[in-house]
Amino acid sequence: MTGAGLAVDVVVRRGSFEVVAAFEAAAGETVALLGPNGAGKSSVLSTIAGLVPPVSGEIRLDGHALDGADVHVPPERRPIGVVFQDLLLLPHLSAVENVAFPLRARGVPRAEARSSSAALLERLDVGARAAALPRDLSGGEAQRVALARALVSEPRLLLLDEPLSALDVGARAAVRDLLQAELRRFPGVRVIVTHDPVEAMTLADRLVVLEAGRVTQIGTPHEIRDAPRSPYAADLVGLNAFRGAVERLDDGAGRLRTDGGDVVVPWPDVEVGAVILGLLRPADVTLSAERPTGSARNVLSGRVTSVAIDGDRARVRLASDPPVVAEVTIGSVERLRIEEGRELWASFKAVEVRTIPL
Amino acid sequence: MFVVLAAIGVAVAALPLVGVAARTPWSRTVGLLTSETALEALRLSFVVATAAAVISLVTGFPLAWILARSSFRGKTVVRAIVVLPLVMPPVVAGVALLAVFGRRGIVGSWLDAVAGVQITFTTGAAVLAAAFVSFPLAVLALEAGLRGLDERLDDAAATLGASRWYVLRRVTVPLLGPQIAAAVVLAWARALGEFGATITFAGNLRGRTQTLPLAVFEQLQSDTDAAFAMSMLLIAVAFSVILALRGRFLR
Repeated sequence: MTGAGLAVDVVVRRGSFEVVAAFEAAAGETVALLGPNGAGKSSVLSTIAGLVPPVSGEIRLDGHALDGADVHVPPERRPIGVVFQDLLLLPHLSAVENVAFPLRARGVPRAEARSSSAALLERLDVGARAAALPRDLSGGEAQRVALARALVSEPRLLLLDEPLSALDVGARAAVRDLLQAELRRFPGVRVIVTHDPVEAMTLADRLVVLEAGRVTQIGTPHEIRDAPRSPYAADLVGLNAFRGAVERLDDGAGRLRTDGGDVVVPWPDVEVGAVILGLLRPADVTLSAERPTGSARNVLSGRVTSVAIDGDRARVRLASDPPVVAEVTIGSVERLRIEEGRELWASFKAVEVRTIPL
Repeated sequence: MFVVLAAIGVAVAALPLVGVAARTPWSRTVGLLTSETALEALRLSFVVATAAAVISLVTGFPLAWILARSSFRGKTVVRAIVVLPLVMPPVVAGVALLAVFGRRGIVGSWLDAVAGVQITFTTGAAVLAAAFVSFPLAVLALEAGLRGLDERLDDAAATLGASRWYVLRRVTVPLLGPQIAAAVVLAWARALGEFGATITFAGNLRGRTQTLPLAVFEQLQSDTDAAFAMSMLLIAVAFSVILALRGRFLR
């Protein structure tokens, strides 16, 4: 990358586990590192912050190397602002002193540091709590103070680790709106670590999906919603995903052999035996009490393991081989007497399965 | 039976205090404690204990920091060596100091030859003896305090642009305030009571190395009343220290 922005291409070790991460983010762009717990997202963030040097690779910000073959810029000399998952406000300093800390550490005179910190707290709607100690702040207030502290030194790169996860549902919506507004006005690169797809999709311009220490997909929220490239990503966007090697059937269709059972799919234009992902919208799955007699090529049966009702629709999870999620109307739930433990049949046409080569 | 044993324990601890209090000539105490010998011993004790406490803090803090924050091979060995003076008989500590800083000791002979400096039988020797035995207490108290601090606050401060030195001054030391105070008080109290190492290494010279405990020992053979008055004073100081540290010992 030549222009303003962040370029990460590193191997990070965390215990016996190695995380390989490569992605870029332009100034003015918000990138979310999205992945399940333990995927290595926070380790990557720590490395970008300079707290854990990478095993190998390079991190560049606005054309300058922060980490590289013979380079390791220590955290205190990186133009960054970090909001940690558990905030890590300094417990012996008041809210405004916490915010002023980065300025004081860089030699800004006390009065000046305090007045700009107080102004920033005001902008973030916690001006009234400036004199309070961290232990006396509510979750939402503490989050705002931590955000102000990360922004106050006008860094080139903002790093946020699960910025909303510590908040209760009530405080979350308000802080999310505020965060969205602050991210938009922040001129540098923003990187968010999260395991919450809603958070990632609402806050980020691009997502980097990280699973078990590897990047499995990079794309806009739209791209990932449209064509997730792993079962995890498919699950995040609410699609059924079947992953496995595909073999050719006599009639020209394909048979996808997953660990949990086979699925008939349209023949993808790949070599026989290639591993592909089959995606299926839950709304395309039909449930019935008796074995269906229609033309659907895929007919599975299993017990209902969960029923989640959302408005006039319900998502029904079936422990079939392979397991599927079906989305049906509330009417069907009543008509088929769907409840946990009930044996049901699920069917879907082969052509409903969209195949993605991996 | 259990209660009786406990009561005997309390009595063993309390009776000598009562004994000293009973033998202290209260009406003449002020006079006895303001005699030239007593005043000199008091002044010297204060100087020696304070110097020893400062040395223990200044050298003990970096060591405690390394013991608490880093891991290296032989850390247990280092800690054992540091704690040793605490458990070693003080007279042996004095002998050990003589072996190093005495006129024919490994460091002492060199100092004598190069700079013509002799440490033994000076106030400096009394300070060194007191610091030697109080230093481990300071290290242990500080290390425990540092272990109780969330290390990630240092990380957070670093990402906020704070150098290591700035983190130490503005985060670690302020958060460690009570533990630092406790370490200083413990070291000071231990140094104040030091006898064996001092008399072995620094001798018993009035005005130079004769601290309060040494004066008590000497007075016991000539002026028993003065010895008891000074003992009572040391008990009072020790009791004040316990009260000052009540958060640590009396809860």
